Amino acid sequence: MANIKITLHEEDVKKLNDVCNSFGNKPGEVINVLHAAQGIFGYLPAEVQEIIAANLHIPVAKVYGIVSFYSFFTMKPKGKHPISVCLGTACYVRGSEKILEELKKQLNIEVGGTTADGKFSLSCLRCVGACGLAPVMIIGDQTYGRVSPGMVKDILAKYQD
Amino acid sequence: MAKYKYNVLVCGGTGCQSSQSALILENLKKEVAACNLENDVQVILAGCFGFCEKGPIVKIMPDNTFYVGVKPEDAKELVAEHIIKGRKVQRLLYVDPETKKHIDDSKHMDFYKKQMRIALRNCGFLDPENIDETISRGGYEALGKVLTTMTPNECIEVIKKSGLRGRGGAGFPTGTKWEFASKSVNDQKYVVCNADEGDPGAFMDRSILEGDPHSIVEAMAICGYCIGANHGLVYIRAEYPLAIHRLQIAIKQAREYGLLGDDILGTGFNFDIELRYGAGAFVCGEETALIHSMEGNRGEPTFKPPFPAVSGYLQKPTNVNNVETFANIPIIITKGADWYSSIGTEKSKGTKVFALAGKINNVGLIEVPMGTTLREVVYEIGGGVKNGKQFKAVQTGGPSGGCLTEKDLDTPIDYESLAAAGSIMGSGGMIVMDEDDCMVNIAKFYMGFIVDESCGKCTPCRIGNKRMYEILDKITKGQGTMEDLENLKYLAEVIKDTALCGLGQTSPNPVLSTLTNFWDEYVEHVVDKKCRAGACKDLMSYHINPDKCKGCTSCARHCPVNAITGTVKQPHTINQSLCIKCGTCKSVCKFNAIEIK
Repeated sequence: MANIKITLHEEDVKKLNDVCNSFGNKPGEVINVLHAAQGIFGYLPAEVQEIIAANLHIPVAKVYGIVSFYSFFTMKPKGKHPISVCLGTACYVRGSEKILEELKKQLNIEVGGTTADGKFSLSCLRCVGACGLAPVMIIGDQTYGRVSPGMVKDILAKYQD
Repeated sequence: MAKYKYNVLVCGGTGCQSSQSALILENLKKEVAACNLENDVQVILAGCFGFCEKGPIVKIMPDNTFYVGVKPEDAKELVAEHIIKGRKVQRLLYVDPETKKHIDDSKHMDFYKKQMRIALRNCGFLDPENIDETISRGGYEALGKVLTTMTPNECIEVIKKSGLRGRGGAGFPTGTKWEFASKSVNDQKYVVCNADEGDPGAFMDRSILEGDPHSIVEAMAICGYCIGANHGLVYIRAEYPLAIHRLQIAIKQAREYGLLGDDILGTGFNFDIELRYGAGAFVCGEETALIHSMEGNRGEPTFKPPFPAVSGYLQKPTNVNNVETFANIPIIITKGADWYSSIGTEKSKGTKVFALAGKINNVGLIEVPMGTTLREVVYEIGGGVKNGKQFKAVQTGGPSGGCLTEKDLDTPIDYESLAAAGSIMGSGGMIVMDEDDCMVNIAKFYMGFIVDESCGKCTPCRIGNKRMYEILDKITKGQGTMEDLENLKYLAEVIKDTALCGLGQTSPNPVLSTLTNFWDEYVEHVVDKKCRAGACKDLMSYHINPDKCKGCTSCARHCPVNAITGTVKQPHTINQSLCIKCGTCKSVCKFNAIEIK
């Protein structure tokens, strides 16, 4: 599942066990547990999935099957400033693919990747419901609307702290 | 709402929130407080007003003044002028594009004139986080009426007679669905609200949940009474934090008022609702997949029958309805089946909400009576195609729907007519495309979505769609053959006939409808190796027309790869071996000198 073994902080493990307990360690609650776990760790590395599987008395394969099925769950840590480009139809016809290309070029990463310094990560999403502002990209909590490829560089520069 | 002289409503829809409506709200509140007007003026964050194109929007009641494109720094002027001096701030009013006149009341705007708001009746008119405002607008009246004066069967009859059909896309009669669930005998049944809005480019369910969450709570309780369930679940996308937040508040308030929980309104009926979070899977909009996801499994669909009405969540009888379907229920109960069935066409009653977007002037959330034509929506409500470009197609139904063309524009919007024209009603995405959109590329876009979202359970969808995507990719790169087009059609038909679930069976629709309506364009890609829209990079190149180029150097300065050379005031040229076809030169040229060949 993962190439590099990571060590989880003891207090985080405790938090995770508490989450599992709060859902009664019921196998049917695995998706809710995963949502909460991603809230704690920011992502769902293999080690976290193993703990959840043990607590809920289900195979790790089942947990992994769920994590890999749903696009909301990620096994890779996100950057300090996660970037999402909307690829909903409205944004697509208004040129969001060009924004994505420009971001890939500027950051030198692919979709799903994180920059080497851990500052930015790049992902796509389908419709944020801000179609009036298409094309839309989101960095952290900030939404940028009516973006053109030429604006990308300046927008990224705001995060060069 | 009557106790205040003025109610200032700030749009809290996603589009407006992305344009700082929260800061506008904060500034308005500060201004009101600074002028000691808190007892006379209430400032609230309302649900989506619908006119997203002109956001952020601020509406002032009771005179129904509609301010558009408001900025946080406008708060001071709005309070000083409108509230204190009673003068409307002209520069923030909507300007009619035809007459160039300022319009202060939304009722007189073309965008709203043809609309009829039933499912969206409360969106933008009340504070969704305050149950009293909902009640003052007739909220929970229907629940009271059903529990105290009607039997479950009488209520189901009303819904059946109203002609309401499922708004999630397929259009199954809602009353009949309820009847099936009510006839299933079991000690435990469930009511499920499908709020896993997955169509990329549709946000109506989200807007209803954010703008009028109580209508969903009320409708689910009514459904529970009718089918004999006392447990409701809302399956909602985790990506909708505001909708989740407001629904949680609504459920809590309803419990406090005795409108949820045990012995509702003293009638002995028990009903409560809990939330389940989706995790981003389009297929979970399919009801069997949704149920498996709620049970904590991968959201893979299963074969029907057994229908959920017989064996659904935890193998118990379950009734699943979409958010918009539920939003129609309370008003059908209070106004009656005859009123509702008087709206719409013979087989499609009531209204439908659409998220109108793409290359259109008035992007927004609209609700129209069934039977309204696509032309009325695109040109009268939508204000026509953006930047005076040529209309090319309108896509309805998202990844399961099809692209309709000019010849279909007079099609009335109803389930049967849209299907006959080669598309579907779908959940309500409506995307307008213009001459710059390549239909082969659009088909590839939807197929890419389906390939990403296919759950992988059945072979036709998992492998067939992947092959279709590869063929489309080949065509857009200029490597397609006529045989590929035949294969595309053949694969599409096979997938349609053999896929397991509704998602798979409808997945080839974007390809089939574009093959039918835009055959010439496919052939051009294959035979002439040309993309007339200039969207397929491998089939186009940028050129500077020496007759139009003034030598202003703008393109050369903006070119990211320095592919443009030339001297000032002389026509420039593009070095094709360096050009990356980013289109920057075309967008910065003021003389339309950059041409696509």
